[in-house]
Amino acid sequence: MSQPHRLGQGGRIDRSCKLGFSFNGKRYQGHAGDTLASALLANGVDIVNRSFKYSRPRGVVAAGAEEPNALVQLGSIEAAQVPNVRATQQALFEGLEACSTNGWPNVQRDMMSLVGKLGGTFMPPGFYYKTFMAPASLWMTYEKIIRKGAGLGRSPMERDPDSYDHLHQHCDVLVVGAGPAGLAAALAAARSGVRVILCDEQEEMGGSLLDSHETLDGRPAGAWVAEALKVLGERDNVTLLPRTTANGYHDHHFVTLHERRTEHLGETAPRKGGWRQVRSRLHRVRAGRVILATGAHERPLVYANNDVPGNLVAGAVSTYIRRYGVVPGRKLVLSTSNDHAYRAALDWAESGREVVAIVDARAEPDGELVEQARAKGIRIITGSAVIEARGDARVSAARVARVDLEAFRVTGEMETLACDTIGSSGGYSPVIHLASHTGARPTWRDDLLGFVPGLVKGVSAAGGAMGTYPTGEVLEEGARAGHEAAAELGFPEGAVALPRVATRRDGAAMALYQVPHVKPTLRAPKQFVDLQNDVTAAAVELATREGFESIEHVKRYTAMGFGTDQGKLGNINGMAIAARCLGKSIPEVGTTVFRPNYTPVTFGAIVGRHCRELFEPERHTALHPWHVAHGAEFEDVGQWKRPWYFPQERRGDVGGERESMAEAVARECRAVREAVGILDASTLGKIDIQGPDAREFLGRVYTNKWAQLAPGRVRYGLMCKDDGMVFDDGTTSCLADNHFLMTTTTGGAAGVLEWLELWHQTEWPELQVTFTSVTDHWATMTVTGPEARRLLAEITDMDLDRDSFTFMDWREGVVAGVPARVFRISFTGELAYEINVQANYAMHVWEALFANGDRYGLTPYGTETMHVLRAEKGFIITGQETDGSVTPEDLGMQWCVGYDKPCSWIGKRALSRPDTKRPDRKQLVGLKPRDPKVVLEEGAQIVFDPNHSIPMPMAGHVTSSYYSPTLDSGFALAVVKGGQQKMGETVYLPMADGQVHEADIVSPIFVDPKGERQNV
Amino acid sequence: MFHIHCPYCGEHREEEEFHAKGQAHLQRPADPEACSDEEWGDYLFFRDNPRGIHHELWVHAVGCRKFFNITRNTVTYEILETYRIGEQPSFTAEYPDGRRPQDATREAQAPLKAGVHA
Repeated sequence: MSQPHRLGQGGRIDRSCKLGFSFNGKRYQGHAGDTLASALLANGVDIVNRSFKYSRPRGVVAAGAEEPNALVQLGSIEAAQVPNVRATQQALFEGLEACSTNGWPNVQRDMMSLVGKLGGTFMPPGFYYKTFMAPASLWMTYEKIIRKGAGLGRSPMERDPDSYDHLHQHCDVLVVGAGPAGLAAALAAARSGVRVILCDEQEEMGGSLLDSHETLDGRPAGAWVAEALKVLGERDNVTLLPRTTANGYHDHHFVTLHERRTEHLGETAPRKGGWRQVRSRLHRVRAGRVILATGAHERPLVYANNDVPGNLVAGAVSTYIRRYGVVPGRKLVLSTSNDHAYRAALDWAESGREVVAIVDARAEPDGELVEQARAKGIRIITGSAVIEARGDARVSAARVARVDLEAFRVTGEMETLACDTIGSSGGYSPVIHLASHTGARPTWRDDLLGFVPGLVKGVSAAGGAMGTYPTGEVLEEGARAGHEAAAELGFPEGAVALPRVATRRDGAAMALYQVPHVKPTLRAPKQFVDLQNDVTAAAVELATREGFESIEHVKRYTAMGFGTDQGKLGNINGMAIAARCLGKSIPEVGTTVFRPNYTPVTFGAIVGRHCRELFEPERHTALHPWHVAHGAEFEDVGQWKRPWYFPQERRGDVGGERESMAEAVARECRAVREAVGILDASTLGKIDIQGPDAREFLGRVYTNKWAQLAPGRVRYGLMCKDDGMVFDDGTTSCLADNHFLMTTTTGGAAGVLEWLELWHQTEWPELQVTFTSVTDHWATMTVTGPEARRLLAEITDMDLDRDSFTFMDWREGVVAGVPARVFRISFTGELAYEINVQANYAMHVWEALFANGDRYGLTPYGTETMHVLRAEKGFIITGQETDGSVTPEDLGMQWCVGYDKPCSWIGKRALSRPDTKRPDRKQLVGLKPRDPKVVLEEGAQIVFDPNHSIPMPMAGHVTSSYYSPTLDSGFALAVVKGGQQKMGETVYLPMADGQVHEADIVSPIFVDPKGERQNV
Repeated sequence: MFHIHCPYCGEHREEEEFHAKGQAHLQRPADPEACSDEEWGDYLFFRDNPRGIHHELWVHAVGCRKFFNITRNTVTYEILETYRIGEQPSFTAEYPDGRRPQDATREAQAPLKAGVHA
């Protein structure tokens, strides 16, 4: 297991610590301190993936977050699968198993590459949509096959064994990036005493200083980094977060940091002290000030076949040599437009391998590094560029030619240089992603050949992120940003001694993005702009020819800068090409907007602890344990768990099967209509309303009258929005002249309370009234059925006489020895008492009722039976019969509207608008299916003429539909256009399966139309 | 996610504690029955959608339950001020940098822009 490209010495790796790993099933060895990418390069692995669209072989291009190609699937077991990990960001650990995300049957021989080779020129942007657009019905079929060919990695199919968490953090100054600018900023800010968080996405903090040749105060740069980190680490007001990426910059300096805590240790989080560690953590940071020290990404040049493995960004070559002790090849050709990139050739030469030539687009490069290269005898070809890479699975040669960039053409003789590596550099692009998340537009700087970030208030940028590159200036700029941030927050300036750094004389850089080829762009071999999304210069040119002039449109048409890449390497090149094709300048073309996240965040980190039982809180009533013990099936109503029905063992079949839902509901319905049932209604919203103006307030928010309601009496009320549409209903009881108890629907409780507060606080602050939610304080048990009075009398001395405790009365008394409020209101149409007791007494009262229940046939029922019984009576449920477009008049509830109240109550004025007066509004009716066995589908559309040509005019829809054991028939509530004037008429319900149901429009009250049963 | 200063609690809290309730300073006509259908329709349905300074009604829903107003820049999302119901904004479309004392006299002569009421 040799590592052919590993140098004998140098780098920050630990050669004594060997780590075994596998890639695409083959075993390799690397060292502690390696990334997966550096270890693969050390082992001479050229092809790490196949490209997304054309399935071309791809190798490692960069050394950090900007890597577009080396996306791998991690994980030796199913539960540990992680897709699309950048090999350049994954630390090596013993036993790491990875494979390419794309390539079938494998990356060496890929069937899809035939598509790329044969079809390459036939696959312009929009190829799939243009080619497979007809017939539209087949697109889903095509898509499945196309998806298989495209590489996106795959999600694990088993439960994640790891845990993740969130941390809410507050700090005065957040510094993103711990390179020279970030370290200086953190040091300066920390000295002043502010709370500082310094985060950095890499395995080690230090940024560019980790592979720098420079000396700081005469010592190696790395030593200064170690010293700075030691100083920061010892301060109480500083939090250092390594392996932590600032992924999203949201409103008001809310920044999300993704900290990978154990991903460098193993594929699942190892245990510590017996407990599995948190694998990754999302820090939700609210910062006072933010300093972006995010550095810059080097731009590769765009030339033909620039995607063949062996083409690297120049700076990455240096990083691999200096930081990891890996030379990613044997013979280098460097193509550049600036001085910085010469470093790569010098490092290559120092490692003892051959630099074939440096090809510089400038006519007369003359900086210090240029002179160093000359002194070393490296051949420098000026006024030229690499126009094409040769090779298939690995670069075999570089074609070099003189280029005229003004005329965008090749002018001179071509030369072919044998080599296996081409490094290229078109200069640096400041990493402006986070600043872009804030919505600030960046500014193009011609002197820097790059965009510098737009900065909203409270944000500053320093160093490479601002286009400042010389180390001494970067340190100064960082320290200044740190001082200023602290000063803005009112903290004193603390002195920070910056190290001395020798200045380097650099020659001027030249603007070079796409290199001209002998053939025109559309015919030249592919010149890739965005390697991850397989976007070529030709594609960008074609997009502009097809009329896409806005860079945002070019981006969407070509997919440039999409996905996890977010345009890190390619965006500026793409914009420059679009600008050239459109005859505009780069700032005229503008830039696209980068979006969060900067690099992908795992779902685990996003979810944190909010999964499974902690995903959403469940609300249980005080009686919940009883329901569970008695086999209830539950229904979710908002966050509440409500008993849906109580299936029993089938009669005579003890220990056998339980009833179906239909059987249970039929039994529960019969019990209520014939004996007595009990419902846990504790979830109903309850609002305690007090104050001298409470009655006046009720009159304004309810549609009906409240002036005369006496203490001891209860009234049903409807609430509308000011547009006249019903939005909640319930009963309100007069407890005392200035004290009322309002009930709301279970789901509407919070919304109604907010609604009351809104009107009180903004429109009628002069009214003296207060509102308090008491939903959880009281448990409500509805005892209903002909036997209800006799059952209740068993456990209370209250006077239940039908003439003294009448329908719509409430009384205070003692039930089962407990103080109680009993309301004689009915949602079933039967005699009913709603017993309210303090929630912690509820179980006692409930059990006391059951202790006496047998002889009356007491039966617990759930929400389904409640629905059937109320629908039989035509009682609406807001949100089911109503949908925000239904007035009280549409519901036929004119009896609940106080037209002559003195105030213009909420919703009144709207009831006289022309639209609410239309006679053909959808109105609530009952529907009786012709076939009693039919239970209509809720939501089914209603038509008057089933033979009408399609599209048929829709006349309404079913809002509630059930089987009624009392009627032995299906029945439904519905809203039908002009329905109140159509009693007895027949309507039709065409179903998806071709059946057409017939039904008669009837009164919505199916049982006991005179309402006698509730008054017994 | 916004960081909102509740003028009643006197603290900055996370947006999760608040609910946005739409445009601020909408006054319900004193006598709705006297409104024409068009006037009532304007009150019910028509809202401003400015680019720049906007006054919004919010409620500290899981805090003090108080309604209050926010002046927010809809381009930068910057919150320029929060103020209690019944108070007037200092930052308006006319005074994007805030109202100064000397503006008060000018204002006494010219009424506030439509849509900004007490």
